[in-house]
Amino acid sequence: MKRTLLLLIGAAVSGAALVAQAVPEINYDANADILSLPSYGEVAGVATNSRGHVFVYARTGHAVATLGDERTFYHGGSRLFQFDQAGKFVKEIGQGVYAVNFAQQVRVDPQDNVWIVDAGSNQVVKFDADGRFQLVLGRKPENITLRPGPGVPASAPDAAFLAGRPPAAGGGGGGGGGGGNAGRPAGSGINGDGFNRPSDVTWDKAGNIYIADGFGPNNRIAKFNKDGDFLKTWGSTGAGPSQFNGVRGIASDAAGNIYVADAGNKRIQVFDGEGTFKSQISNIGTPQAICISGGSTQFLYSSNSNDPESMNAGEIYKVQLSGQVVGKFGKAGKLPKEFGMVNAIDCRTENDLWVGEVWNWRAQKLTLKR
Amino acid sequence: MRTRLSVVLLFAAGLLSIAAPAVAQGGNAGPAKAKATTPEIPFESVANFFKLPAGLYMGEGTGVATNSKGHVFVYVRSGETRLFEFDQNGAFVKEFGAGSYGFAFAHAVRVDKDDNVWAVDEGTNVIQKFSADGKLLMVLGKRPDPLDQLALTPGGGQYSGANRPYTFHRQTDIGWDPQGNIFVSDGYGDSRVVKFDKNGRFIKAVGTRGDGALQFSTPHAISVDAKGMVYVADRGNRRIVVLDNDLNQKAVYDHVGAPWAVCISAGPHQYLYSSNSFPTGNNFDQAADTGEVYKMELDGTVLGRFGKAGHGFKEFSSIHQMDCRNPDEMYVSEITAWRVQKIILRPQGAKTSVGK
Repeated sequence: MKRTLLLLIGAAVSGAALVAQAVPEINYDANADILSLPSYGEVAGVATNSRGHVFVYARTGHAVATLGDERTFYHGGSRLFQFDQAGKFVKEIGQGVYAVNFAQQVRVDPQDNVWIVDAGSNQVVKFDADGRFQLVLGRKPENITLRPGPGVPASAPDAAFLAGRPPAAGGGGGGGGGGGNAGRPAGSGINGDGFNRPSDVTWDKAGNIYIADGFGPNNRIAKFNKDGDFLKTWGSTGAGPSQFNGVRGIASDAAGNIYVADAGNKRIQVFDGEGTFKSQISNIGTPQAICISGGSTQFLYSSNSNDPESMNAGEIYKVQLSGQVVGKFGKAGKLPKEFGMVNAIDCRTENDLWVGEVWNWRAQKLTLKR
Repeated sequence: MRTRLSVVLLFAAGLLSIAAPAVAQGGNAGPAKAKATTPEIPFESVANFFKLPAGLYMGEGTGVATNSKGHVFVYVRSGETRLFEFDQNGAFVKEFGAGSYGFAFAHAVRVDKDDNVWAVDEGTNVIQKFSADGKLLMVLGKRPDPLDQLALTPGGGQYSGANRPYTFHRQTDIGWDPQGNIFVSDGYGDSRVVKFDKNGRFIKAVGTRGDGALQFSTPHAISVDAKGMVYVADRGNRRIVVLDNDLNQKAVYDHVGAPWAVCISAGPHQYLYSSNSFPTGNNFDQAADTGEVYKMELDGTVLGRFGKAGHGFKEFSSIHQMDCRNPDEMYVSEITAWRVQKIILRPQGAKTSVGK
């Protein structure tokens, strides 16, 4: 019996190795020293605009809780930087903006507007190319409850949150618009922008907005028109088609298909713009960050990022939009050219990429070689 | 007595949990066994060795280390935790990692054989390796995501009903009568209207939580007309409660939705505006039924409405306050779209008597 089990395990391991060997390695160069600021903190998001300017949304400092008020408010803790194509610091965008709290992603849309996704404030903010505020989606929870000290029982909302469950829906004025509505499957969220740990944003040609919502209790995609008015939502918690288990990223192709990084289910699901399930891509590990390149032949990149307790995996896959894996590159680590918890990929062209690393507090520019 | 004391102690422990680790560290003090039998070594201390530039200060000196050139690295808990470098003569050289994500509560600094500087921070659970010239080379550990310390709480507030004369509990709005008396809607934590004289002396307060007479559920806004009548936006009860100047209830307008914001225009013919705002949760299931603003006579007769829920131009996301000094030129501030809109009304003179 024991022997059979060992044989089975052996077969499984060698099988996995065979699959891994079947994916060609892509050679690449990496430069971690382009951007001119000395240290950002955790680089959650990196993106380029049409002029090659680089935007970094990073967890840079301490989120501040205000003491001595009726309630405990919080703000700050992240910053959005702009660099030119040579990596020279240009300016900071959004200093003191209400939504800036826990950086999760930055993306640049086809009109060069800069969008930040913040998982602490549960908000998505659009700035124009000059950094002027344009649009906000979602609402920041009004306040926090202080985390209980040692030996002090957690309050009910704290206990629910710490146990990973959505807290009870807030009444009336506040709340983060968390869990699902009555009568809907868990995780399907509300018909609106009540996000909970949103992770990413993308757009279609009409300018409609798709939000990945997210890695909290909601497991859904929410679609809005360009003014930010709600159009539809799809998805719930689970492992079936159109179900998600931690949405970590979203991207769209030129045909308007929507690719959703369903990290907990180790797959990327593909939908049309109305949310109809089309296919899934499941041989790319855990997709923690995804990107679809520009150009006439588009490719999907997906990072099988390491988790904070391991230095395993970490490779990035290059995939045809059909789902066929073209190759992979990189591995987890802290040295230059290695990847530490990649949370963002920018791939404006097929072979020029940026990756943002949470573990290594840096953005690296990658050049893939044929 | 004993029970009471332990309750107080528990309370203090909860409040002062920050201080608790320091107490633990300070434990186990006592004379060393060798002290009495060990000779003393003479020594001096160099006074004022470290020269900090103006505006920089030491804090709790938790870490100090030297490199091969004799430079001294000092890692302190100041207003922010900071890492300073001084030369062998104590002159300030530079600061490392100013504002770093990995600096919250300094613990130790060390210099390795290649003169790299390693900062160990027990606040962020991060160790940073810097080159001698201050470049970040490596990060060990991971700062806990602050997300883990956030928890959502209901925005409606906890009702206390404390009803104190000079203490509010998340009060919401203020108005004045022609004599300058002050009226405050208070609020989320109390459910009442408080009246003060123009010098701020408490006169009276009325209201408890509920939906009966002289009861409120989140009195969210307040306005006073030229006759001194007080209009309270009783949002949770979806009504406007009209009080006289002595806070006696005179009328209820319950036909204009949930009044998030009210205002009364100036001039000889005053109008009352009330916003049935699109709730801040942005649940678009509620969009069809909310978002509009009503224009009324002071007696509650509805003259018209304008606007609808949404984020676009000429739509209202969540109106939270309105100014209608000029009844046809208003300003509305919105919570969820982060904006203030100026509204020009073009009334046709058509009067549609709806209710009350």
